Amino acid sequence: MAAVDSAFLDLHRLDHLAGRDSVVHRLDPRVKVLITLTFLICVVSFDKYAIAGMLPFAFFLTLVLGLGGIPAGFVLKKLILVAPLALLVGLFNPVYDQQPLMQLGTLTIAGGWLSLLSLLLRFCLTVGAVLALIATTGFNAVCMALEQLGMPRVFAVQLLLLHRYLFVLVEEGRRMDRARRLRSFQGRGLEMRTLGPLLGSLLLRTLDRAQRIHLAMRCRGFDGTIRTCRPSRLTGRDLLVLALCGGALLVLRAVDGPLLLGRLVTGLIA
Amino acid sequence: MNPPLVEVLDLTHTYPDGTEAVRGVSLCIRHGESVAVVGANGAGKSTLLLHLNGSLIPQNGTVRIGDYPLAKATLADIRRTVGMIFQDPDDQLFMPTVAEDVAFGPLNLGLPPDEVERRVTAALHRVGAAHLRDRPPYKLSGGEKRLAAIATVLVMAPDILIMDEPSSSLDPRARRTLIELLAGFHHTTIIATHDLDLVLDLCTRTIVLREGRIMADGPTRDIFADEQLLAVSHLEKPLRLQACPVCGRDAES
Repeated sequence: MAAVDSAFLDLHRLDHLAGRDSVVHRLDPRVKVLITLTFLICVVSFDKYAIAGMLPFAFFLTLVLGLGGIPAGFVLKKLILVAPLALLVGLFNPVYDQQPLMQLGTLTIAGGWLSLLSLLLRFCLTVGAVLALIATTGFNAVCMALEQLGMPRVFAVQLLLLHRYLFVLVEEGRRMDRARRLRSFQGRGLEMRTLGPLLGSLLLRTLDRAQRIHLAMRCRGFDGTIRTCRPSRLTGRDLLVLALCGGALLVLRAVDGPLLLGRLVTGLIA
Repeated sequence: MNPPLVEVLDLTHTYPDGTEAVRGVSLCIRHGESVAVVGANGAGKSTLLLHLNGSLIPQNGTVRIGDYPLAKATLADIRRTVGMIFQDPDDQLFMPTVAEDVAFGPLNLGLPPDEVERRVTAALHRVGAAHLRDRPPYKLSGGEKRLAAIATVLVMAPDILIMDEPSSSLDPRARRTLIELLAGFHHTTIIATHDLDLVLDLCTRTIVLREGRIMADGPTRDIFADEQLLAVSHLEKPLRLQACPVCGRDAES
């Protein structure tokens, strides 16, 4: 349960960060969602051996995190937490792809290593970008923005309620688990077969709760649409930021900056 | 005398598993009354309350709220008249922040944004929870959640307030705050509870339910004086009406 506990606390942390105020926080959520999307598409669309080309994106992300006041340690911890997944995906690249692609002095680097590295970098950038989005916007605002941008309303409502009741569900699961532990001795009572009924009754309780929540919503005139009164109007500044950032990202994707820079430097030296 | 505001006639309800929760209940509540519904666990209190705002539709018998008989077609009107405060505030606070939660009902009524805003602020002030407005509900304490839940109902300006166990799981101070708050309301109130001291403070009339039937219906003081009735209904005299354990004197009778 310790892992669940810490993940749970971190959700609070994410919410807490979203409650701060900074240049990035003040942008319209929709603008941030769109920029994040552009960022993701650009990063994912790189060639499988690309590394240098993605570095400007890492710079961009660092800049956003810095402006938004998101502690680097927080993001790094999250990345390390989920990095094994990416590692697992690329683990066999060096084995299968041994075609030499790069020469560093006497060291020949096989394509597999490059693609693994590229994969990890891509992973850090995409996860980092989404974290940055949520930590500067807040989960609920992201949902609302997605809905305004055309995501079906049902999904937005689902996500909102998921975020709200995740806490209640975790709390309920924790209480049940504690009750089980308190009556388990010498490892008896903690087997998988007691987990089944426990999860089953958690599910039943959840269904009951869902029914009560639905009732409570109906009592206040819920008809399938969640309305909010957040006045959200895109300002000129928002649009400018969107155009600038979006444009910059596309240019960074289209033009290999590090390569140009390298050529420029070697050109100057020569 | 005021015309009846809530009129229940020969109501029965049987749950799908065969439990007969309410068996032929008839009652009539008038404007401005504050009525307690008491009884043992499983006596049918919650089921009765769920009928009063149309969360359950009568299987037999009728329910009338004001001018409307309770039926599918009148649900919207009835729910605007009757505000229901649930036992577990977590079921009632589902929006990201307290203010958005309080605004949920008025927005569904289709009120304009500035009117919604005005009502939200007023309702939060009324329950003394203005400082909670931007907090997410899951971070509130039990007492704060209860206040927020009451605000979500008050904001709809209901004529009738229905509460299911309002003082359960509150600490003594939060309970006292709640009682003081409710004492200041001029709504018609119906409270289902086991907290008989709260009944003593808030309700002039008490209805005792037992096994789905009305055992007694009368002035609270009379009901609480009838020890035999209380005993068969699994109830006890409110603590304040019992003898003082230290000096042995009757406290307040």
